[in-house]
Amino acid sequence: MELPVIWFIAIAVLWIGYFVLEGFDFGVGTLLPVIGKDNTDRRVMINAIGPVWDGNEVWLITAGGAMFAAFPAWYASLFSGFYLPLLLILLALIVRGVAFEYRGKIDTDRWRAWWDRAIVFGSALPAFLWGVAFANIVRGVAMDADHIVTAGLLDLLSPYALLGGLTTLSLFTLHGAVFLTLKTGGAVRARARTAVTATAFAAVPAGAAFLIWTQLAYGAPWTLPFAAVAAIAPVLGALLAVQGKEGWSFTTTALAIGAAAITLFGSLYPDVLPSTTDPAYSLTVANASSAPYTLTVMTWVAVVFLPIVIAYQAWSYWVFRKRITREHIEPTPAYGDGGSDAGTAATGPVPLPRGTG
Amino acid sequence: MDALDLARWQFGITTVYHFLFVPLTIGLSVIVAGLQTAWYRTGRHEYLRATKFFGKLFLINFAMGVVTGIVQEFQFGMNWSEYSRFVGDVFGAPLAMEALLAFFLESTFIGLWIFGWDKLPRKVHLACIWAAAIGTNLSAYFILAANAWMRHPVGFTQNPETGRAQLTSIWAVLGNPQAWSTYLHVIAAAFITAGMFVAAVSAFKLWRDRPRGDDAPAGGERELFRKTLRVGMLVTLLSGLLVVYSGDHQAKLAAAYEPMKLAAAEALWETEDGAAFSTFAVGDTEERLNHVDITVPHVLSFLATGEASGTVEGMNDLQAKYEEAYGPGNYIPNVFVLYWSFRLMIGLGLFGVAVSALGLWLTRNRRLPGNRWFYYAAIAGLPATLAANLLGWIMTEMGRQPWTVHGELLTAASVSPGVSLGEVALSLSLFTAIYGVLAVVEAGLLWRYVKAGPAHLVPDRGDGADAEDADTPVPAFVY
Repeated sequence: MELPVIWFIAIAVLWIGYFVLEGFDFGVGTLLPVIGKDNTDRRVMINAIGPVWDGNEVWLITAGGAMFAAFPAWYASLFSGFYLPLLLILLALIVRGVAFEYRGKIDTDRWRAWWDRAIVFGSALPAFLWGVAFANIVRGVAMDADHIVTAGLLDLLSPYALLGGLTTLSLFTLHGAVFLTLKTGGAVRARARTAVTATAFAAVPAGAAFLIWTQLAYGAPWTLPFAAVAAIAPVLGALLAVQGKEGWSFTTTALAIGAAAITLFGSLYPDVLPSTTDPAYSLTVANASSAPYTLTVMTWVAVVFLPIVIAYQAWSYWVFRKRITREHIEPTPAYGDGGSDAGTAATGPVPLPRGTG
Repeated sequence: MDALDLARWQFGITTVYHFLFVPLTIGLSVIVAGLQTAWYRTGRHEYLRATKFFGKLFLINFAMGVVTGIVQEFQFGMNWSEYSRFVGDVFGAPLAMEALLAFFLESTFIGLWIFGWDKLPRKVHLACIWAAAIGTNLSAYFILAANAWMRHPVGFTQNPETGRAQLTSIWAVLGNPQAWSTYLHVIAAAFITAGMFVAAVSAFKLWRDRPRGDDAPAGGERELFRKTLRVGMLVTLLSGLLVVYSGDHQAKLAAAYEPMKLAAAEALWETEDGAAFSTFAVGDTEERLNHVDITVPHVLSFLATGEASGTVEGMNDLQAKYEEAYGPGNYIPNVFVLYWSFRLMIGLGLFGVAVSALGLWLTRNRRLPGNRWFYYAAIAGLPATLAANLLGWIMTEMGRQPWTVHGELLTAASVSPGVSLGEVALSLSLFTAIYGVLAVVEAGLLWRYVKAGPAHLVPDRGDGADAEDADTPVPAFVY
């Protein structure tokens, strides 16, 4: 197999890693006000992803860096062409990341409510926009002979792209709900199970419609089984979660995300960014890639270090394998003067932040 | 004002902002790891308290560094697509390596460290903070190798068909003399700043809680901060030696590879043998000469070449040379900014080092000075050294102008052609607004947690409790 093809696959693997891992972080964040009825519940949810979210996000940074190194022209055209969606994703990821760290640092409801909004917005928006972005990559965008994307923001919001966004949002939310059934106990786990069923009602039809559309319009014959798996797996995942087989359920939703990503990348190949202006202007695996030397260097680095990364990340998941319950959450370790309404309200239920639920 | 100008402002603002947090992360990760090692080795409760206290401040800062870092990677493609297209083959590799070798290490083990206090054996938990610190310090090498390549491009050829740069030797890129020299300088500066952070926080606590009149002094905490004050100052002083050594080396590399930057930083218009070091100059960038220039003879030549009578090229000659080589254009960077950022960087950085040297002397043999100016100076050392870091970067990056890749690619040719003025204006405003808000929030949190002190994280158990400590689980940080 040629090096550029290997790197196309490698980049697909990195994105799959990102979507499978940060997918449930996004889902947990999106569901924060729905499943987390009071501050302790919410802290259970946040602490369930607390040790791992940062490491999960590095899959995105690695995928971006690998695209830059292996397919500079793809990285250049895509990131400049999708300027506004990526800007929104960046802003969302900024406030979400800070929110995890800062939310518990001051013990007032007002303070937490702001960061809760940041977590919900910062999780749901990227979950939606990644689907929009990848649907547009598969569908192609207006791009001139110099590979400069000329599509405007509205061109990126086609029905197909919006359906893609809905698919990733609902699928990640389902994945996050399943993750919570697996990793928490008590009331949070019970509500997460209800949320699994509810989100499955959105994720299953959206995902099926999007995958059928993708397969019919852009798919290759070999992507058909993957599209089928991606469409069916969420149903199975929801059923398994309801039966209490949470580990299997999580495996199944992870499989759904992976299979959907394979369908998208498979439909894209051998292009990396098709041009709707003229197919001759499309960026392809062949014309967008770096020279063989760079790809060889990168291959060695990836072959040696990616297994090590996967090993220690897996170990960190193993260290934090136990379920988190309300009993694990100690009184808020926030300091300073605590604000005016601290103390009395700290243990009581926290009202849902307005405009986010 | 066009999209190029705004894109440059955005890169400048977001990068300078990102670098407010980076030096502290680089240095504090190691200092906190050191404090925890001291606790592990001695079992003394005060080291645990110091670890937890500075660890908390470290994490408040760390979060900002992480989230502002993602912007940096995306921005190359978003705003500098032609740059990315031209150099990705070379420049992308160290970035991808940074993520794979360093960021994964840093982020995974910081998670294990934050949440693993009560879940991991103490030795393993200690190893986690060291792994995170190594990841952090390793990441700096890759990004600085990438940056060094822009200033001194090596290990590549230009593909005649595509016009794109093509990597020919990754070892040349990673072994670029500009890379390791810059690495030493940046890491040393980061440790100066982090040491000053620890010293400033300790000085603040010592001065605020000083014994007054008949009040009983808060014994344990004072002893703790007297120690950390000295730890911070020692780190700053030792790093100060490295920063001077590597800075001298940087000047020599600039003379060899980026003579225009050095000339502009010195406001040296004409080539001179035995050039003098300028201490204060008032120049005219239109007329290309200085009206006032107070100098120290031969020092510049010595810094640049190692010989008092060595030749240092001036801007006017370099401009003529560059016009001949690259065609007409202005190859002189912003002399005012370079001249003053260079001097302020040195002055503010050495201020921190001097305060530390003096402070170590004044606090010898368990002494604590009673003079308020000592504490004020130690606290002022933090903003001074942080500013020195930023000014160093402003000098480096603005001194490379008008190039993104020296001699290969102009900044004007690097910007994304498809991104409009309105789009950059929007992103610039949103980044600036959100960064502004977060800066206030972060500073407020640090202030609160510094004021609250370590007693809120780990209660003071007095000196007799050390022995029991070994068996008591330490509560984890939780969100």
